[in-house]
Amino acid sequence: MRTQEQTLGEILQLAAEHFKVPREKLTPEDDFFEKLGIDSLQALELLTRLENHFHVELPDYEMQGVSDFRTLAQRIQERL
Amino acid sequence: MIDLDQHECVGSALEAAMQRWPNEICLIEADRERENCRLTYRDFDARGRSLARALEAHGFGSGERAAIIMSNQSKWLLSAYALFLRGGVLVPLDFKLTGGEHVQLLEHSESRVLVTEYHFWRNITRAHGFARLQLDLVLVTEAPENADLMGARRWEEFYGAGDPAIEARQRRDMACIVYSSGTGGRPKGCVLTHDNYLEQCKALTRLYKFAPGFRYLSVLPTNHAIDFMVGFFGPFVCGATVVHLRTLRPEFVRDAFPRYKITYMALVPMVLKNLERGLRQRIAALPPARRWLVQRLIRLNRALVGNRPNVKLSRFLLRPIHRAFGGHLRMLFVGGAFTEPETLEFFFDLGIPVANGYGLTEAGTVITVNDMRPFRSDSVGKPLPGTDVRIVSPDSEGIGEVAARGRTIMSFYLDDPELTSATIVDGWLMTGDLGRLDRSGHLQLFGRKKNMIVTSGGKNIYPEDIENAFVGIPVKEYCIYAADFLWPERVPASEQLVMVLRLEPGQEFTDALRDELESHNRRLPDFKRIHGFTLWNEDFPRTASMKVKREQLAQEIRSNLQRQTALVEI
Repeated sequence: MRTQEQTLGEILQLAAEHFKVPREKLTPEDDFFEKLGIDSLQALELLTRLENHFHVELPDYEMQGVSDFRTLAQRIQERL
Repeated sequence: MIDLDQHECVGSALEAAMQRWPNEICLIEADRERENCRLTYRDFDARGRSLARALEAHGFGSGERAAIIMSNQSKWLLSAYALFLRGGVLVPLDFKLTGGEHVQLLEHSESRVLVTEYHFWRNITRAHGFARLQLDLVLVTEAPENADLMGARRWEEFYGAGDPAIEARQRRDMACIVYSSGTGGRPKGCVLTHDNYLEQCKALTRLYKFAPGFRYLSVLPTNHAIDFMVGFFGPFVCGATVVHLRTLRPEFVRDAFPRYKITYMALVPMVLKNLERGLRQRIAALPPARRWLVQRLIRLNRALVGNRPNVKLSRFLLRPIHRAFGGHLRMLFVGGAFTEPETLEFFFDLGIPVANGYGLTEAGTVITVNDMRPFRSDSVGKPLPGTDVRIVSPDSEGIGEVAARGRTIMSFYLDDPELTSATIVDGWLMTGDLGRLDRSGHLQLFGRKKNMIVTSGGKNIYPEDIENAFVGIPVKEYCIYAADFLWPERVPASEQLVMVLRLEPGQEFTDALRDELESHNRRLPDFKRIHGFTLWNEDFPRTASMKVKREQLAQEIRSNLQRQTALVEI
């Protein structure tokens, strides 16, 4: 089983790949809307990518209000 | 449809629909590829009554207020029906607000009952001010098995046996309190009566037909005025079916059209734009010969259809595109914010008319809508039947403030007579939007007179409400405006917030200050963030009670600074 830090690292890597930004530019506390310059629909694209990677389901309505990578990692970790 | 003239309140009209079409499907709830529930009008009525009976046993009755905070799902509609049967006043709150904002609005609306989803309830209980709330009953849905409900009860286990006592309401009575915005500062609770809803529904269903077998795809939350009307009340009183989809992921929205043979769907401009982007990409990805053919057919469709939709012809000519939408789609509704004409034209050329409209929470659902007779991408349509629109103090080009009057306009702002008298003048709702009526009676919009923005997701943002988020920044003073209010451009697109900064004497604008602004900005939801700042070298004009004279400051800035040079993006 992954640790939360491992989950976080994988999220950052996937987000960097998906939105084509250097991995080193992203940090756990970053607000991904701000840092990646994305809107809520693009954030859903990222969630879909993360779901496929972690094999979990992340309902849109339960992700409401989550905007930083660390909280996102917590929510995914709860479902692993 | 149900003859709404025979009804005094929303609950009674809904009840009549339950009796008229007991075997029709009224509601389907889907989540991704799963179907959570499928209810006939008879099933819906039974569940609603059972909930109403339990509310009655709990002492909830006529004129009492109950809030719903839920994403779009079947329990929203069931709860609303039960509350209306008991004569309650519904307070539909936006589930996207923070826990703190929910607390503020629950308190302001004096809601005694709350129906919500478990994770929203968890946020509310952790929010500042929660202890002050006086809720008699909280019902939570979808709570995990061993969850601490923190005083709430499970919605799924809250039901009563036997028939509830139905509390009839009069047309003039309060049906809903709908918050148009102002969550950070001054809550603006629009009080809408049963008459407002019944009249609005009558006018809209006259323009856009609903009937048994018609299916409306609901992706907007039902607290949204459009979804409440065209995704609940309107289709229900016509015996149609509402399909709730609990995700906005494009792949599932796409699948829902053919799966449920959707007739109508309402969306906000941001989602419509995304749909357009997806379609354009799919057309661009076709092999060259097929792409050429599709483009020729789109042009042929445009030439043959002219300016009035002919869905049958378009379905024939552009069969693969219409098949992807299930082959039954008649129209999309868009509203809540400005939609680019190019997007409306794109869909019209495909034979998928998009009815855009213009409305305010204060006016129920809409003031004007495009009736497609003919299609116009440059206007927000003509006034709804029964609604009068006029332009106040028009300039030489005929542009002035849009005012509206009719039976769909709200009664007043809850507990705010001052704001009410400034907004409803001699029976006319002063919208604060700038517009012009052309010779054919179509309304065109040219921006806002008010210091506010509306995001592409349909959210009203008042800059004053954002200022609290920047408390503590090391400057002498600051103030936030809508950029178009400071520098009117008369283009109702790309609305932005801008901060006006007055530094201390001798203070320089440093990278550290920029970092601090960015840090505060990041704590706000994306749609509430400031876009940039501008530096101002004079003290802000203030009233005797030290409030900033916003209008005066805006005029001074307008006269001395140009948007292009003064606005620095962050």
